[in-house]
Amino acid sequence: MNDFPWLTVLWAVPLVGAVLVAFLPKAPGSVLPKQVALGFSLLTLAVGIAVAAQFDTGDGGMQLQETHTWIEAFGVHYALGVDGLGLLLILLTVALVPVVFVASWNEADGRNVPAFFAWALALEAFALIVFAATDVFLFYVVFEATLIPAYFLIGGFGREGRAFAALKFLMYQLGGGLVLLAAVIGLYVVSADAGNPSYLLSDLQNIDMSTTWERWLFIGFMIAFAVKAPLFPLHTWLADTTEKATPGTSVLLVCVLDKIGTFGMLRFCLGLFPEASQWATPVVVTLALISIVYGAFLAIGQDDILRLIGLTSLSHFGFITLGIFAFSSQGGSGSILYMVNHGVGTAALFLIAGYLIKRKGTSLISEISGVQNRAPVLAGLFLIAGLATLGLPGLSQFVSEILVMIAAFDYHWWVGVVAVTGIVLAAIYVLWLYQRTMTGPSVPGDEGLKDLNRRELVAVVPLMVALVFFGFFPMPLLDAANPTVDTLLEHVGVSDDEPTVPAADHAEEGAH
Amino acid sequence: MDFVKPSIEYAEIWPLLVIFGVACLGVVVEAFVPRERRYLVQTVLAALGLVAALVGTIMIAGELDVLGDGQARGLIGVEGSLAIDGPTVFLWGIILVFSLGGVLLFAERRLEGGVSAFAGQAAALPGTEAERQASTRGLEHTEVYPLMMFAVFGMMMFPAANDLLTLFVALEVLSLPLYLLCGLARRRRLLSQEAALKYFLLGAFSSGFFLYGVALVYGFAGSMDYADISEAVSNDVGNSTLLLIGLGMLAVGLLFKVGAAPFHNWTPDVYQGAPTPVTGFMAAGTKIAAFGALMRLFYVAFGSERWSWQPMLWVIAILTMVVGAVLAVVQTDMKRMLAYSSVAHTGFLLTGVLGVQQASQLSDGEVTSMQAVLFYLTTYGFAMIGAFAVVTLVRDSGGEATSFARWQGLGKRSPLVAGLFAFFLLSMAGIPLTAGFVGKWAVFTVALSAGAWPVVIAAILCSIVAVFFYVRVIVLMFFVEGEPEGEVASVTRPSILTSATILVGLAATLVLGILPGPVLTLAAHAGEFVR
Repeated sequence: MNDFPWLTVLWAVPLVGAVLVAFLPKAPGSVLPKQVALGFSLLTLAVGIAVAAQFDTGDGGMQLQETHTWIEAFGVHYALGVDGLGLLLILLTVALVPVVFVASWNEADGRNVPAFFAWALALEAFALIVFAATDVFLFYVVFEATLIPAYFLIGGFGREGRAFAALKFLMYQLGGGLVLLAAVIGLYVVSADAGNPSYLLSDLQNIDMSTTWERWLFIGFMIAFAVKAPLFPLHTWLADTTEKATPGTSVLLVCVLDKIGTFGMLRFCLGLFPEASQWATPVVVTLALISIVYGAFLAIGQDDILRLIGLTSLSHFGFITLGIFAFSSQGGSGSILYMVNHGVGTAALFLIAGYLIKRKGTSLISEISGVQNRAPVLAGLFLIAGLATLGLPGLSQFVSEILVMIAAFDYHWWVGVVAVTGIVLAAIYVLWLYQRTMTGPSVPGDEGLKDLNRRELVAVVPLMVALVFFGFFPMPLLDAANPTVDTLLEHVGVSDDEPTVPAADHAEEGAH
Repeated sequence: MDFVKPSIEYAEIWPLLVIFGVACLGVVVEAFVPRERRYLVQTVLAALGLVAALVGTIMIAGELDVLGDGQARGLIGVEGSLAIDGPTVFLWGIILVFSLGGVLLFAERRLEGGVSAFAGQAAALPGTEAERQASTRGLEHTEVYPLMMFAVFGMMMFPAANDLLTLFVALEVLSLPLYLLCGLARRRRLLSQEAALKYFLLGAFSSGFFLYGVALVYGFAGSMDYADISEAVSNDVGNSTLLLIGLGMLAVGLLFKVGAAPFHNWTPDVYQGAPTPVTGFMAAGTKIAAFGALMRLFYVAFGSERWSWQPMLWVIAILTMVVGAVLAVVQTDMKRMLAYSSVAHTGFLLTGVLGVQQASQLSDGEVTSMQAVLFYLTTYGFAMIGAFAVVTLVRDSGGEATSFARWQGLGKRSPLVAGLFAFFLLSMAGIPLTAGFVGKWAVFTVALSAGAWPVVIAAILCSIVAVFFYVRVIVLMFFVEGEPEGEVASVTRPSILTSATILVGLAATLVLGILPGPVLTLAAHAGEFVR
């Protein structure tokens, strides 16, 4: 079964599901579209697990590859493949979508129900291609294509003011995307000058480009990914979007789509422009540090739960970017791990906050108090998710945070010092949020507040299990991530005259 | 004096003659066929003529001889005045396809309750008793079909013209019927007539520039023939001031036709005032023909003078994109918005035109400027015809409702039609997985490859602005909350004619977005112009 196109099936299943769901009757109260959509998302999960089962963690290169010529005139291929990085993000995606579906079961009621589930499945399909694409043009096409479902999800199903939030989101993303387009076109010109126009990553990695070209192209890619991730100062769409979109949409956006930014930095910025990446490190690290601290401060100051959670992500993406650009095996593995853990932890936070907002009818922290008196389970799960976010040892985010910290101190002591403040601030925004909303006296009108029902529990319990399990036993994730990082650093190191980067080897830690 | 019988390559130019013949036959039909049968006879005649010409074009495309080193295919015929080569037949093909779409839109009668979108009696003054009578008697002008066929004839001749005189004749043959067609709207006739008059006056003015340019270039080169001009340019004979002024004036005439800034001012008024089927046909057809002519003139006749006109095109392209994109943002009328967006597209196309490089500078298999522009024209035409066809469906009690306020919430009332329109807009905005994206990619690539990075950066910035105004329409249709003020438009069910046009546009936009390979290969196969 080695030739079976697993990765094509992986994205085709949700896409077929999306088309099917879109044409189901939209009678009010009908659960059929929801059931069909959930069925397709579970089927995708099964295919994702099948892909993982065939993955060989000992190999740092691309696996399960498929390559077909797509647009010959442009040197474009339909080329898919996974390495450890891609696999982890694929698994994160296929696992989160069913969770979101169960949690958002009634979210779209009263609106166009099939459309919500169809767009979400389409988003999943495009995101899966993004993580599996090994051709830059294919990557770009689906990178942009994800925006269409995302736009309709935000614009069609959020809260008051969603149309503007959706427009802002789209303009930011398309702006970044068009800058990326310029860089992608530049890659073609470079590749054509080298004699054979091709967009395959494997071909592009072997091109010897001039320093000027490499730096300009790097800047183009980096701007697009900095908008996506997001990184200070291109983050202002984030809070508006998470505030107006439904929590389920926010999970898909922040926990899955935004990962494309940091994924792209690893796969394309480091993979294609190793020298330029090192050249730009001081600037990128500075921006990452600003994101960490500034995002945390902004989060502390919010009165809207969803905005707050959105802005914590700014801080977290700062950590991930820092880990990537620290150029060490701990930093690389740590940031890959961080992407997965942040996805799980933030998803839990968003969904539970969504449950709370549904019950209270408001998302303002100042109007919520004493929830744990009436809904202890909700409060307890919120606390676990929050503690994971602030990096409590024993929960999964801790492992990734410590790895990034090691890398940061390794890079320079002051970088580490600044990054540590992010963890302190995280404790403030999480615990203060918990204190204000969950503890204290109940507010009048809370008498009818119900605790989580079975459906809501089913959605978030797997996330909780993952948080605890990977907190104590992160090895499966690290086993997948490490070979990729080693290969990548080797690639970066090889083209480096002066190996300032320790060769990917844990033994090197002792030398510092 | 000896008269020599000119040799005419009938085997290669017969599609052109078929269209001309059908146009003349259409005039005869007007004279001799009874009024009630004219509609059927004219539409069938026009459609058959276009199909026959299309079949002929495809046959000729397969039989063109390869010349020299294989860069170009075809021949220069009719005593040197027409060049039938790869790009010509490619352009003929798409012009004929879009004209066929135009005929279908012209023939639509269900939307207006049994009559066409054209004035019942153009000679009757608006608001008079005569007009009312023409309307109650259900009169309609079937002359529009022969007029259109003459325009198509001009459009086909325009990119094939291989000397300046033929070029001028083609320009006029293409323009004059369009001036008339623009003034024939059934509704809002004053607006339509004003549009026609403006178009005619400005068009005549630009023809004047063009003709003066022809004279000056003749003064420089001593010949009208492209090959001789090219020869004269590379040998640097005569007065180069004459050449430069002449070149500039020729450029004015052609840039007016493609709607490039600062010669774009007619576009919004004409697009808005003309009957929408004419707008759709004209937007696609004229632009294709004029770009074909522009490229042949600049590449073949002035190819050696590239360093003079490329900087000019840089400036014009940037200006056109900026003007089109920025002014489109402030429009509140659908047809005017599409008109300004078509100006912006002219800028993107010029980006492709100025990306011309010598074959020796291109690596094997690299996208050429010609290929990029031909592909872009194809995608643009399908999206434009499709979008204007959708515009004809959205109506209120006063006919077509083109103001933005009327379109509010259309996505909720008619999700299918609004969705189709949104798809065409996304393609024009260049969102991936639509044809527009591939086209945009191609023209930007050739420009960057030729070192025109400032133009590409300007194009990227304008694309961002362009996305904004396209998406604003989508927001308007789908996401604006609250009750709209005043009457809203609803979708009228069209007959198979309009539906077919929209569906073909949709299918082409989708297929060219996902699998552009075959058409790109075809465009590459068209090769270079024969010289």
